[in-house]
Amino acid sequence: MTSIILENLAHAYRPNPSSPADYALKQATQIWESGGAYALLGPSGCGKTTLLNIISGLVIPSQGHVLFDGKDVTHLPTEQRNIAQVFQFPVIYDTMTVRENLAFPLRNRRVPEPQITARVAEIAALLDLTADLDYKAKGLTADSKQKISLGRGLVRPDVAAILFDEPLTVIDPHLKWELRSKLKEIHRKLDVTMIYVTHDQTEALTFADKVVVMSDGEVVQTGTPEELFERPAHTFVGHFIGSPGMNILPCTVSGTNAVVDGRTIALGAAYAPPAGARIELGIRPDFVHLAPHGTGLPVTIERIDDLGRHRIARVLLDGRKMAVTVPDSVSIGGDQASITMLAHRIGIFADGHRLNPAAKEA
Amino acid sequence: MEKPFNNRAWFMVLPVFIIVAFSAILPLMTVVNYSVQDTFGNNQFFWNGIGWFKELLDPSSELGGRFIDAMFRNFLFSFLILLIEIPLGIAVALAMPRQGWTVSVSLVLLALPLLIPWNVVGTIWQVFGRTDIGLLGWGLTSLGIDYNYVSGVLAAWITIIIMDVWHWTSLVVLLCYAGLRSIPDAFYQAARIDGASRWAIFRAIQLPKMSRVLVIAVLLRFMDSFMIYTEPFVVTGGGPGNATTFISIDLVKIALGQFDLGKAAALSLVYNLIILTVCWVFYTVMTHYESKDGRARP
Repeated sequence: MTSIILENLAHAYRPNPSSPADYALKQATQIWESGGAYALLGPSGCGKTTLLNIISGLVIPSQGHVLFDGKDVTHLPTEQRNIAQVFQFPVIYDTMTVRENLAFPLRNRRVPEPQITARVAEIAALLDLTADLDYKAKGLTADSKQKISLGRGLVRPDVAAILFDEPLTVIDPHLKWELRSKLKEIHRKLDVTMIYVTHDQTEALTFADKVVVMSDGEVVQTGTPEELFERPAHTFVGHFIGSPGMNILPCTVSGTNAVVDGRTIALGAAYAPPAGARIELGIRPDFVHLAPHGTGLPVTIERIDDLGRHRIARVLLDGRKMAVTVPDSVSIGGDQASITMLAHRIGIFADGHRLNPAAKEA
Repeated sequence: MEKPFNNRAWFMVLPVFIIVAFSAILPLMTVVNYSVQDTFGNNQFFWNGIGWFKELLDPSSELGGRFIDAMFRNFLFSFLILLIEIPLGIAVALAMPRQGWTVSVSLVLLALPLLIPWNVVGTIWQVFGRTDIGLLGWGLTSLGIDYNYVSGVLAAWITIIIMDVWHWTSLVVLLCYAGLRSIPDAFYQAARIDGASRWAIFRAIQLPKMSRVLVIAVLLRFMDSFMIYTEPFVVTGGGPGNATTFISIDLVKIALGQFDLGKAAALSLVYNLIILTVCWVFYTVMTHYESKDGRARP
């Protein structure tokens, strides 16, 4: 169990970075608590794998420090950090049996043989690999191979954090659920810190206690799945999390009113946006409801998708695309309708960042 | 899917069959024909049955004695060069750069010896090793080392072995390098996390991933070295005495020197069978591990 602190960390792959664009990872401080299950979520190329490799020690950051339980490990080689990593493609040692694969990290560390035998048996039982122990690892399926990769991390009793780099990429869809629940189960049993890199929001939201959303080398928000959903700190989070993503409309704001293309929308609180900033209004499709024509903001319906549990309408508000919920009770004839927004669910963003409501004026 | 069945499709195979017949089957059958006959010239042949084969495989006869000796030399030579070239090739491949312009430079440098024709390689080393004008021979003699491939058996053997190592180690290097390049970085990263030593990485990752190309390298180098002819012929001419007379050199002596077509034909057939057998054994042994069912108990 280890808390991980990344202090003023930044990384550029090329030497002498001058502009922010040169950084694969922009300077930031992160504090990750011991025993947590974290997911690093972001689109490809956002720097999440770089961040993971810095923690595991495969990449030395250009600046800043990595602290494990307060101890600076920035320049410590990978094998001396108490971490394990599971890669995108299963890494197994072809010529060895499952048992030898699991024993490999312990043998390399010269652990006494009886201890190895006991530990391997224990971990194999945890991962449901006991029956496969004496088979060649090469002949197993991709999900078993990933379990072996994970097992090689878990056998080390000193392991403090396990890093996952998109570990379910090559796993069959019906086995993904199984393997992910296995991971959660192991997390509960062993209480190790787990850091999980993925670009799949479902994976991130179902796996992690805390999701770290990254975009363009920056951490834009760290929060529980609810926080990301209800109070996205950035329009990127609003758009990236949720399916479909948040509706973002450019607007002007004064007090408790926002004006979008000349139409006034009531807000749940008063805002004092900074002058000169790009102001946007964001609201999740779940909090915009479609209603018969004439009862709210007029929209044109493009199509209605039936997603099974609920229906989502794609509409145009003065030519701007929006996704809105169609309540079960509402049936619409024709393509003209209205929408109503839940005022307290509306977020206001300045240059992409969420604004806090202005303090009550004296 | 329903496949159309038409016997006329056999005509498609006919050109290949004809070419193979003229290039391989007919010459081979001619050799088989010679091997069971004797001739005293004038293109007159007499039936000899398996007489030549009996003589060849009887070590007490003159022909059999020569054959056994030459075969021993062949195996010794192939064994020695494999013993040197395979580990050396792996070592060089491991030491090669992985990226940057030095990759192309090393690849070109390594490929150079492979591009030189056999008889030129022989001539280069024949001159190089001469004690009067060759740098190697002159240098060694000046240092007081008794080196003369014309008279010393050991010197002759060392010369042709070093010559073969110089000529062909590159092939092993290139094959191994290709095998090494196919290993994804994640394997090395995982090995570092697992705390594997340099030797453990080699044993657990690099050697298994190279095993396929190594089978090919061993087979190619065995076949090639077992039928070696040109280089020792140019450098030592099979001497001193018969010290570097390999089966191929002896074969040419019997067939073209003495014009004993029957003996030579029998010898070539046996020679051919030896190569086939040894390759089959190599291949079976080396791929046995590979082909073993992954689920089978070790």
